Amino acid sequence: MKYLMFVCTDPEPDTDKANEPDIDEWVRENDSSGRRLQGNALAPTSTATTVRVREGRLLVSDGPFAETKEVIVGFDLLECADLDEAIEVARTHPMARAGRLELRPFAND
Amino acid sequence: MTEPVAQVVAAAGTEAYGRIVAALIRVTGDWTLAEDCAQEALATALERWPKDGVPTNPGGWLMTVARNRALDVLRRASVERRKLAQLAALAEPEGAAQPEDTGHPGGLGQEEVADDRLRLIFTCCHPALPLEARVALTLRTICGVATADIARAFLVSESTMTRRLTRAKSKIADARIPYRVPSGRALDERLPGVLAVLYLLFTHGYNPDGEPAFADEAIRLARLLVRLMHGQPEVASLLALFLFQHSRRDARRDRDGNLITLDKQDRGRWDHAAIADGLTVLATVNADGPYALQARIAACHATAASPGATDWTAIAHWYDELVRIQPSPVIQLNRAVAHGFAHGPTAGLTLLAEARAGGALDDYPPAIAAEADLTARSGDRDRAAALFRDAAAIAHGEPERRALLDRAAELT
Repeated sequence: MKYLMFVCTDPEPDTDKANEPDIDEWVRENDSSGRRLQGNALAPTSTATTVRVREGRLLVSDGPFAETKEVIVGFDLLECADLDEAIEVARTHPMARAGRLELRPFAND
Repeated sequence: MTEPVAQVVAAAGTEAYGRIVAALIRVTGDWTLAEDCAQEALATALERWPKDGVPTNPGGWLMTVARNRALDVLRRASVERRKLAQLAALAEPEGAAQPEDTGHPGGLGQEEVADDRLRLIFTCCHPALPLEARVALTLRTICGVATADIARAFLVSESTMTRRLTRAKSKIADARIPYRVPSGRALDERLPGVLAVLYLLFTHGYNPDGEPAFADEAIRLARLLVRLMHGQPEVASLLALFLFQHSRRDARRDRDGNLITLDKQDRGRWDHAAIADGLTVLATVNADGPYALQARIAACHATAASPGATDWTAIAHWYDELVRIQPSPVIQLNRAVAHGFAHGPTAGLTLLAEARAGGALDDYPPAIAAEADLTARSGDRDRAAALFRDAAAIAHGEPERRALLDRAAELT
């Protein structure tokens, strides 16, 4: 099952800074186990562009489609047996503490 | 003839329903199919048993009929490869028993079945499902409670409850929530969530406007968990806690349905068999988790012959421990009350001031009533009366308000 993991900021990050996981180690480990297919960090929302078509007209505007406190700053594409395995992969990502992660299964896998 | 058979079917259904649904979900992965086939097996029993007699193993009979029904449905829909694989898993082995005498239908042996129900409980209580759906799904799939009855108990329409259950089942399938009992660290992390669902189920049965049958279901599930997960002290503790609280079900309301506080209940109307049962279960627990501590406190109350004979020193000690692991304002309040009885009103008032320091109990009538009671016992009757009136002013129900004003009047 493929899960797209959105890596997001959170207004209330964990205050416990002990034993913080290392992102490079996380990537290495999950790449080698085959659970991470790809992923990347995204440039800041100031670089975002929103595209819509309404009644045949192209509408291009600056900025993300929604102004929220939680911003998507990256993504990882995971391949896991089930949700519990995906949760275990997510829990060791540094942003599980510093932000939040959202796991979305592919609709057609 | 019909009436007793209907009761036999109902009793066999209560015992077998969760078992059948759990086994069919494991084999087919199809929750709705599993529920439908279990229901149809019960309907078939209602039709056949009055004519043919009750089989020697009613549960095994129901399981076989439900499985055969699932087999029929899958056979008709067996265009997909996956369904064919399920068919193979369901198919009876050579020389398998007929419905009349089946104890161990093919592929669905007793041991596996026991594990199936545990799997089902952990799946229904998965934290990736919304809490309200976890409770409803547990009632529906494990206890076999009708959707309409669950809807009524949770004060929503049947269609809303149906949608809620359907959404939960879709998420289990679409997000691939596993049908598995977690192990190791994951089990430790997930078990409290399962117990919380059971606790919610129990309190829903115990509350004045709740559905009383849910308390019985919660106790039945807790017993099942104790049997399937022996060696988990918090599971046994939760069962003991349920039994102690449930033992007071006939004594805690007056004829008008008003709550009678513990100290004024007729202890002769407590269910002493349930208390003895609870004590036996609690005797197996040698750890001090949150449910163990609550069960020990409940045991102190349950074994006191009169309010005056209550071992408040022990209760105060268990509350000290409980506050250490669950420092909530209400537990701090209860701790202050216990210390007030065990070590005098001054000790109680000091702890109560601590409990109220955060402000969370400012609008909570029991906190003000507790302060009033401790103040009265410390000798300041005027201040105590004023506090009882303060509590009455923010009380939620009329009987509660009247009781508090009566206390104030007694002091002036």
